[in-house]
Amino acid sequence: MLAFLIQRVLQAIFVMFVVALISFSLFHYVGDPVLNMLGQEATEADRAALRAQLGLDQPVVVQFWNFVVNAAQFEFGISYRSARPVTDLILERLPATLELATISAIFAVVMGILLGIYTALRRRSWLAHFIMTASLIGVSLPTFLIGVLLIYVFAVELGVLPAFGRGETVDLGWWDTGLLTTSGLRSLILPAITLGLFQLTLIMRLVRAEMLEVLSTDYIKFARARGLSKRVVNLRHALKNTMIPVITIIGLQLGTIIAFAIITETVFQWPGVGALFITAVRFVDVPVMAAYLMMIALVFVVINLVVDLLYYAVDPRLRAQGGGK
Amino acid sequence: MSQEVDKRNSVANIAPTRPGRLRTFLESDIVYSWKRQPVVILATLVTLVMFAAALFAPWIAPQNPFDPGQLDLIDAFTPPMTTSEFTGNFYLLGSDSQGRDVFSAILYGSRISLLVGFAAVIFALVMGTALGLLAGFRGGWRDALIMRIADVQLTFPSILMALLIFGVIRGFLPRSMHAEVAIIVLIIAIGLSDWVQYARAVRGATMVEKSKEYVQAARVIGLPARKILFLHILPNVLRPVLVIGTIGLALAIIAEATLSFLGVGMPATQPSLGTLIRVGQDYMFSGEWWILLFPGVALLILALSVNLLGDWLRDVLNPKLR
Repeated sequence: MLAFLIQRVLQAIFVMFVVALISFSLFHYVGDPVLNMLGQEATEADRAALRAQLGLDQPVVVQFWNFVVNAAQFEFGISYRSARPVTDLILERLPATLELATISAIFAVVMGILLGIYTALRRRSWLAHFIMTASLIGVSLPTFLIGVLLIYVFAVELGVLPAFGRGETVDLGWWDTGLLTTSGLRSLILPAITLGLFQLTLIMRLVRAEMLEVLSTDYIKFARARGLSKRVVNLRHALKNTMIPVITIIGLQLGTIIAFAIITETVFQWPGVGALFITAVRFVDVPVMAAYLMMIALVFVVINLVVDLLYYAVDPRLRAQGGGK
Repeated sequence: MSQEVDKRNSVANIAPTRPGRLRTFLESDIVYSWKRQPVVILATLVTLVMFAAALFAPWIAPQNPFDPGQLDLIDAFTPPMTTSEFTGNFYLLGSDSQGRDVFSAILYGSRISLLVGFAAVIFALVMGTALGLLAGFRGGWRDALIMRIADVQLTFPSILMALLIFGVIRGFLPRSMHAEVAIIVLIIAIGLSDWVQYARAVRGATMVEKSKEYVQAARVIGLPARKILFLHILPNVLRPVLVIGTIGLALAIIAEATLSFLGVGMPATQPSLGTLIRVGQDYMFSGEWWILLFPGVALLILALSVNLLGDWLRDVLNPKLR
C-alpha cells in the first residue's frame, strides 16, 4: 500500500516539477521582464536596482526555487497585457468556468446514463439505433463546430437563446453566479450542451456496453428466474454493477471537461479562465500562460492521483500484487 | 481518458502479417470487407475526392483567393449560386467581405488543413515508432524513461497538449516570426501531442517480435542490432502504426481546425478550414451564413469520412473483433 502510494505521489510531484520548469523557462527566455517594466528611458542603475529587487541577479537555480515557492502561494506576478495581478484575473473568472463545467458534467452524466440504459435495454428499437448512429457522428464532430452550429440554429435562425456571454450575473461577494437569473440560465444552455455532448456520448456508450455485459451474466438470469420484476432486475441488480467503471471514467472526464472548456468558452465568448488562456497565448502574455499551465496541470495531477487511489481501494487484485502495475 | 485514446489502445495488439501482392490483396479480407460496406465505400470516395480537390486546388478553383489582384471588392457578399451582376463572375458557394470566392477559399483551405494533418501524423508516427522501437528493443532505463514520459503525457487530453505546446513554442519565438512559422509550429505541436499512441503500440509489438525465432536466427548469424531492428523487426510492427495513423489523421485535422478556430493556429493570411470558420462566425449574425456554413460542412465531411475509414480499417485489421 505504502509503496504504491509513494510511487503515485512521486509521479505527481515529478509532473508538477516538469510543468513548473517549462513555465519558469517561459519567464526566463521570453523577453527581459526588466525592459518590459521600465521602458526605454531607465538608466542602467535603475535596471540593476529592479533586477536585484525582483531577484533576477541571483543564480538560475535560486530563481527557479523562488518561482516554485511563489507558485505554491498562487503568486504569478502581473499580466503583461492587462497590468493586473494574474491571481486576481484568474480568481474573478474561475466561477464562470466552474459553473459551466459543473452544469455540463451534470448534463452529460444524467443524460449519458439514461440514454445508455435505454439503448442497452431496448437494443433493437429504432430509437436506440438512431441514438447510436447520432452518437457516432457526434464523436466525429469537432467541439467548436457543434457550438457554432448550435448558435446558428438556436440564436441566429430561431432566435430563442442568447448566442454569447453569461447574461446577468448575481454577485455573492466571493462568487459571481449566473445561476440565479433567467438570462444567466438561458445563456448557460447552449455552452453546457456543447461542452457536455462529447462526454455524454462517451458515458452513454460505456453504460450501454457495461450493461449489456452484465445482463448476460448468470446472476441476472438467476434473478429473472426467481421471478423478480424487470424493473428490480434491471435497475437494482444490473445497473449497480455497471456503475463502478462508469464512475471512474466520469472522474477522469472531469479534467477533460475543464480542458475542453477552453474551446467552448471561446465559441460563446464565455468570460471564463479558458478564454483568458487563449487570449494569453495569442498575445504571448507569459505570466497568465504560466499560471494557467500550472493550474491545469495541478487539476489533472490531482484527478489522476485520486482515481488511481480509488482503483486501489476498489480493486483488491491491485492490493494482492503489492501495488505493482 | 478520451474516446480517441480508447480507440487506439484497442489496436495495440494486432498481429502483423506479411504484405502480399496485388492479387492477394484483391482477394484479401480487407477488400472483401470493403466491398460489403456501402458506408465505407462512400467514405473512401468522399475522402479521395476531397484529397484530389485539395491537391489540385490551383487548377480547380475559379480564382486564387490569396491574390488580391483576382478579387473584386464589388462582388463582396454575393450569395451562393449567383452570377454577379457587376463582373459576371459565378459564385458557387457565395463570396465573403472582400469578394473572395468561398468555394476557392475552401479548396485552398482544405489544402492547408490536410497538409498540416498529414505532416503532424508523419511527425508523430516517426517519432513514436522510433521511440517505441528503442524502448521495446533495448528495454532497461531507456524503456522506463520513455514510457514514464508517455504515461505523464497521456494524463492530459491531446488537444490540450497541442494547445500548450503551441503556446510554449510561440512564447520562445520572437513576435515578428509568428505568422510565417505558424504552420511549422502547428505541425510540431500537434505531432508532439500525439506520439504516445504509436510508441506504446510499437513498443508492445517489438517486445513480442524480439523473442521470436527469426530474430534469434538473425542474431545467431551475426547481424548487427541496427539491421535486425530496421530490416527485420520494423516491417513486422508497422501494421498497428498504419491503423493508428489513419485514425490519427482525422484527429489531427480536427486538432488543427480547433487551434485555428481559437485564433492560435493558421493566421487569416493563410487560412485553413478552421480559420475560415472563425472568420465566417463574424458574418453569421448579419445574414451571410454561407461564409461560415460551407467551410464548416467541408470540415465535417472531411473529418467524418476519414474517421469512418480509420474505424473500418481498425476493425478489419483487428482479428480480435471479428
